[in-house]
Amino acid sequence: MRNGLILTISFLLAFILTLLPMPEWAIWMRPAWVLLVVIYWNIAAPDQISIGAAWLLGLLLDVLSGTLFGEHALAMTIASYFVVKMHARIKMFPLVQQGLCILLVVLLYQFVIYCVQGFIHELPKTKLYWTSSLVSMLLWPWVVGVLRNLRYRVRMA
Amino acid sequence: MRATILIILAIALMVLDKRFAAITELRACLSMCLAPVQYLVSWPVQLIDNVGQLMSTHDALIKENLDLKAHDLLLQAEVQRFVAVESENNQLKALLRSSAQIQGKMEIAQLLAVDSDPLVHQVVLDKGSSDKVYVGQPVLDAGGVMGQVIQVGLTTSRVLLINDPKSGIPVQNTRNGIRAIAMGDGYTGQLRLMNIAQTADIHPGDVFVTSGLGENYPEGYPVGRVISVLHDPGYSFATIKLVPNAHLDQGRQVLLVWPNRMVGVSKARV
Repeated sequence: MRNGLILTISFLLAFILTLLPMPEWAIWMRPAWVLLVVIYWNIAAPDQISIGAAWLLGLLLDVLSGTLFGEHALAMTIASYFVVKMHARIKMFPLVQQGLCILLVVLLYQFVIYCVQGFIHELPKTKLYWTSSLVSMLLWPWVVGVLRNLRYRVRMA
Repeated sequence: MRATILIILAIALMVLDKRFAAITELRACLSMCLAPVQYLVSWPVQLIDNVGQLMSTHDALIKENLDLKAHDLLLQAEVQRFVAVESENNQLKALLRSSAQIQGKMEIAQLLAVDSDPLVHQVVLDKGSSDKVYVGQPVLDAGGVMGQVIQVGLTTSRVLLINDPKSGIPVQNTRNGIRAIAMGDGYTGQLRLMNIAQTADIHPGDVFVTSGLGENYPEGYPVGRVISVLHDPGYSFATIKLVPNAHLDQGRQVLLVWPNRMVGVSKARV
């Protein structure tokens, strides 16, 4: 029950951050908030938030961001698969190594979306498309800090 | 094993959405459940805007009011002229035994301050099926055509802008009546005319308006202005770029139009 509450709050925050209007020059730099939160829970509680949840959240993300229905779901499932597979190892990594691992996962996620876009429309010509992964990596320690804090605070209350 | 099933399911959903538009209802249902999130994001942004307006000074407001009144007077004068022209036009059409067009209903809608994926050019409106918004409905702003509604929820709806690569709109040159289809041009935010012969008489500065041929958009609203015409002998068609007339990336308010279908002359006279 309490766990469900934290999970809902964390995903709600991720969706809000995804929808928040950004200035024109920064549109490609928005980190993959929902994916970051999914990765966190994949590592911290793989028995509760696993591939199925990642798929469902990807679908919701598709509806909210107006992309092809299933596009983010596919990318999220593939990314989440590798994280769940290696969650015990990633948990033990120092923060820098963990960050690099996250960079790879988010790059994979973006690559899947890139391929799908290539199938259905034109590809984004700007190289800025890939900056989202870098920003995601840089924000990873912050995401971990906030979510860990939230978890412990609610557990103690 | 589970991952494989989910991946296949996701791909199946994408194919269904792209090829058959079979899951529109599922999408609409989900978007209805998620509408509160969109309002939750949009509300504080709009609140900050409103606070900014509250803080503007009395003098500035009076000045703005005077300016608006002057502008209104000019527009009223224009409208009087247009009423005369419209009735004359309908009379001429009656002589030609073709069908007259009358103005449909219009309503103002607000854009919700939420971002879409940068891979798509879409905006979200604060009106939905409860306000009789329908899929395919044209959306205008003060400058011209913005796009059409592609998905309707109960209290929100999603608009595909005319510069999205997925969008196409039938247009007509105001100078000589050449008809074409304007598609969104990738991620440049501009439009591109499809399949125009190298010899066609189109120059930079020409204005294209909706031709009304697709029966989706009403006739005669400005779409875009030609900024470049490229004749490359390597291609069989000319490359013609348009900048949209509507302010697609700014503004808060848009017009939803309920166009009347072609109406017989006798009705239009009433």
